[in-house]
Parts: sequence; C-alpha cells; structure tokens
Amino acid sequence: MTSPREMRLRIRSVRNISQVTRALETVSASKVRKAVQAVQATTPYAEKAWKVLVHLARQPGHTSLHPLLTEREQIRRILVVMISGDRGLAGAYNVNILRHTLQNCLDFTSPISFVVVGRKGRDLLWRRKLNILAEFSNLPSPSSFADVAAIGTLVVNGFINEDFDQVYLAYTEFFTMLTQRPVFRLILPLKVQYAPEGVKAYNVTHSRSSAVFTYEPDQTEILNQIVPRFTALQIYKAILSSQASEHAARMVAMRNATDNALELMTQLQLEYNKVRQQMITNDMLDIAGGAEALVTGLHR
Amino acid sequence: MPIRCEIVSQDRIVYQGPADIVVLPGADGMMGILPNHSPVLATLQFGVITVRHRGKEQYFTVAGGVVEVQPDQVTVLADAAENVEEINLQRAEEAKRRAEEMMSKTPPTDADEYLRLQAALRRSNLWVEAARRYRQRRSKS
Repeated sequence: MTSPREMRLRIRSVRNISQVTRALETVSASKVRKAVQAVQATTPYAEKAWKVLVHLARQPGHTSLHPLLTEREQIRRILVVMISGDRGLAGAYNVNILRHTLQNCLDFTSPISFVVVGRKGRDLLWRRKLNILAEFSNLPSPSSFADVAAIGTLVVNGFINEDFDQVYLAYTEFFTMLTQRPVFRLILPLKVQYAPEGVKAYNVTHSRSSAVFTYEPDQTEILNQIVPRFTALQIYKAILSSQASEHAARMVAMRNATDNALELMTQLQLEYNKVRQQMITNDMLDIAGGAEALVTGLHR
Repeated sequence: MPIRCEIVSQDRIVYQGPADIVVLPGADGMMGILPNHSPVLATLQFGVITVRHRGKEQYFTVAGGVVEVQPDQVTVLADAAENVEEINLQRAEEAKRRAEEMMSKTPPTDADEYLRLQAALRRSNLWVEAARRYRQRRSKS
C-alpha cells in the first residue's frame, strides 16, 4: 500500500493537471469563437469575387480561358497544400487530416509535392519521407490575410510556371464545436460548374444573369487580378476553418482530460481517506493495547 | 437616388452604405461613379477612394483590387483597404521609414524581393499621405 504522503502528492499533481487542462479549455473556447468570426468575415469578398469570376468565365468568345482556369491534358506533377496545427494536445485533429490526405493521395500516379501549414503536419510528413516543398508554421490565430498571402502566391506561381499541373487543398472544415471533418479538394485549375438550384459547393453557380459590362482595361487583365486572389482567399479561408477546428478539437480533448482528472481525484481522495482512517484505527488499537497491558500489569 | 457602395477586403467589410458619388483610382485613371452608371468591371491601382454622401466625404486607402459597377451598386474588391480614420499615422510613418531604410541599406538583388519591398514602400507612402490629407481637411472645416 502506498503511504499517505505519496498519495497526497499524487492528489496534488492530479489537481494541478486538471487546472492546466481547464485553463487550456477556456483559452481554446475563446479562440474558436474568434476563428469562426474570421471565417465568416471572408464570405462577402468570396461571394463577390466568385460572382465576377463566373461572369467573366462565361463570356462568349473567351475560348482560351485564363491559364488558371484551364485543365491540363497531362498531369505530371501534383501539389497538395495540407493544413495542420502547430501544437498537439488537440485530440485526433492532426492525425485525422494527415490520414485523410494520404488516403486521397493513394489514387495519384504522378509524383506529389507538399506545401504544409503547421509544425505537426510537417513532422508527420517528414517522418514518412514525403517531398515537402515549403512549410509555414507559427501563424497567428486567427491569421490575417497578409500572413497567408505568400502561400497563395507560391501556389499560383508554381501552377503558372507548370511546376505542377494540379493543386489540391487538404484542410479541416469546421461544422460545429463537436464535428470537424477533413476535406480534400482541387483548387487549381479552378473549375466553374453549373448546377441546378439547391446544389451547394464552392465552385457551383446558379446565376445566369447576362448584364453587359464594360471592361477596363480588359477581361484578361481583370481575370489576371481576380483568379489568383480568389485562390489565395480559398487557402486563407481553409486555414481559418482549420484553426477553428483545431481549437474546437483541443477544447473537447481538454474537457475530457479535465473530467478524467477530476474523477481520478475523487478516487484517490477516497483511497487516501481509507488509508488515513486505517492508520488512525491502527494507532487507536496500539494505544488501547498499550493501556490494556498497563492495566493488566497493575492488577498483577 | 444614392448608390449602394460596398468596400470589402479579404478579411472584412471595410465600408457599406449609401453614396451620392464614389471616386475610384482606376487602372487607367481616376473614375467618378454617379448613380445609374453603366455596368463596368475595372481594376484599381494604389490610391484613395472617396465616398461622398450628403456632403460628407469619407476616404479609404486601397492597394489595388477590382471594382464592379452596376447602375445601383458599386462593389470594391480591395486588397488591403483601410478607412483613413483608422490609419495609425505613427505606425505608417514608421513602416515607411523602415521600408526606405531597407531599400537604401541593403538593396535586394532578387527581383521578387525588390518588387515586394517597393510595394511595401508605396503602401506606407499612401497611408502617410492619405492620413495627412484627410487631417488637413478636417482641421479646415
């Protein structure tokens, strides 16, 4: 049996752990809220940019579309942008996104390069000896657009220079506090799809308006401006969504940890009380025994 | 009838409201948008957007972007847009000084790096000038 002193130490350390995990939980909770707000703040720009983009892409006589919209016949190289977290202690968050990414990559026959956001993802890919082209770590949370614009530039330039023929984005979509799902999707070449009302996806449009615009300076120039920005924005949005997911996952993990610590504490406390009571009983017995011996000694 | 004017940057809505006239720094020169303007899609360059409504003017700095004009609506998709009132003059001046210092001390050999530095310099210049101009106007009125 462990000594009461040791048990006291254990109880204290478990209590400390529960305090730390609870603090982490609170911090994550507030960060989730901020990240979700940041995701929502990108929506107006994304919607407007998409509208303009769709409009331009549908122009008649615009057969040779912008290079970023053109599908290539031969897929020689593929780039995957994977977004993970910088830190652990977030449940299965980092492992999930990695597993999902690698599963999707199994189908590819062409060589794959990775651009990875987050230290954890980098380490995991590194360990598998995969080809990492660039790494972006220690982004602030929530990040501002300026923090991540470089990733968009890198991806767009790489695509235009034909360093890769397809670019995929792997990130974790935030649904609710309790559900986050890894997502893997093509971002370049950008495909504009038409679908009936009701179908929702990032690259589906329902609008068929045909307002006649004047272009200044011209359509290509405007597409040149807007397509790279839209791509960068998608990456930005994915990063924000992933950050929200990471914090939510961490919050849930920490809540579980706190609960477990508290449970362990009650158990230990109970055990400690028993040991303590046992000791008192033993002492009492000793005293009683001693007194008994004295009394019988006197009587003799 | 005023036009609806929206200025959105990638991470927020900078301005949303009615306007009697919007003056934009278009790629080919300044353009003033009045209500019932014919539809235009245009790119923007570095400069200041002026939004006037009922005699009151508001200024926004913008570092390039795209504008969509419709008869009743002006939508600016801006890269890094700020309301002039929000600009921290001290910080802007500091950024300008830093950019100038880097330009003169260690001129970058890489073309990309050079362009980026030049863009930073232009941006901070724009902030400083816009903030000064705006403040002058306010002190007169």
